[in-house]
Amino acid sequence: MINDVIVSILLIGGALMSLAAGIGLVRFPDLLSRMHAATKPQVLGLLLFLLALAVETGSWALVPLLVLCWIFQLLTSPVSAHMVGRAGYRTRHLRRDLLTLDELDDVVARAAATDPGRADRAGETRPEAGDGPT
Amino acid sequence: MSRQHIPLVTELPLVIWLVLVWGALWQDFSPGTLVFGAVIAYAVVNFFYLPPLELTGRFNVLWVIPFVGRFLYQLVIASAEVFWLALSKGPSLRSAVVAVPLRSSSDFLVTATGHAISLIPGSLVLEVDRSTSTLYLHCLHIDSEEDAEAIRRDVRATEVWLIRIMGSRADLRTLQTREARR
Amino acid sequence: MIAVVYVTGGILSVAVLLALYRAVRGPSILDRVLALDVVLAVIGAGLVLNMVLGRHLDNLVLLVAISLIGFIGSVTVARFVTDRK
Repeated sequence: MINDVIVSILLIGGALMSLAAGIGLVRFPDLLSRMHAATKPQVLGLLLFLLALAVETGSWALVPLLVLCWIFQLLTSPVSAHMVGRAGYRTRHLRRDLLTLDELDDVVARAAATDPGRADRAGETRPEAGDGPT
Repeated sequence: MSRQHIPLVTELPLVIWLVLVWGALWQDFSPGTLVFGAVIAYAVVNFFYLPPLELTGRFNVLWVIPFVGRFLYQLVIASAEVFWLALSKGPSLRSAVVAVPLRSSSDFLVTATGHAISLIPGSLVLEVDRSTSTLYLHCLHIDSEEDAEAIRRDVRATEVWLIRIMGSRADLRTLQTREARR
Repeated sequence: MIAVVYVTGGILSVAVLLALYRAVRGPSILDRVLALDVVLAVIGAGLVLNMVLGRHLDNLVLLVAISLIGFIGSVTVARFVTDRK
């Protein structure tokens, strides 16, 4: 009985996280803010769902596998978020009027000014000699 | 495809991790499974080698548990906050790109900090400048310079935690002297 | 318990519909990738829900595979978007 209550709370909590992602995707104004809504609540959402599964089956042998599942997500989701975010910033998929401050833009502008050869590919300019092709 | 010889000690954390993955996948941590896993892990590490990961040689388990607790707390709070922002603010949301200079210059620590920060909703690493170890974050719901300053404090607090867990001895020492002075 | 499963399924369906709306509307390919990532995450959640309901563990492999597909997919698209002038 008490297990059922815990599982119910975990399942509904996890589903609400997915709903948060959906609502955020529709309501947020530009790509980068949508990314926050889309990728991050999923980390908590998956954790809650996996916890629900662990409580429901109640076997300890399963726990390492579930932890592994979650750790894989922990390792991969920031990487894909970073890749998409970087691509979005470089291809100018953000609305500057919605930014209160943009400290990267200053650096990019300065780098373009000191290194005119790179100025023509302003969308690609790195702040400094960066981390190479990643 | 030649490579310089990487001593086993630097590969050991990777091998141990692979053995744990193997055991978890089989849902069985008996010695036989682990030994076979170790053989496979050793073969994988040697045949599909990656550039050696430069760990700092320190790992303090005692700090890990409170860090995980803090991380989960932040995760829950921030996820709820993003949900609330999506419902209440929606299209009129304002965000910012904030530069956060970090203390450590180790690639490993900068990566770990960036990872931890990215996982917490509300901030996202856009660009990393390795030469000055600066993270450029995109943050939700920043209305003023004070909000940006709060984000910077938060990120640097996360970094301090990570230095305590697995920072290099030099980073740890500068951290301690700075705290002693305060 | 069965009511909870229906409620959860309902919430997930709304979430997937919202994500699909964003995937159709666009405007850019990165938005669509992001939306499809959410769709995959919801599918994963559905798989877990199915496992909880049926008290079995057959879908765990699918769960890992789906998260890997999402990861590789979004990284690849982001890569091509960045490189294309």
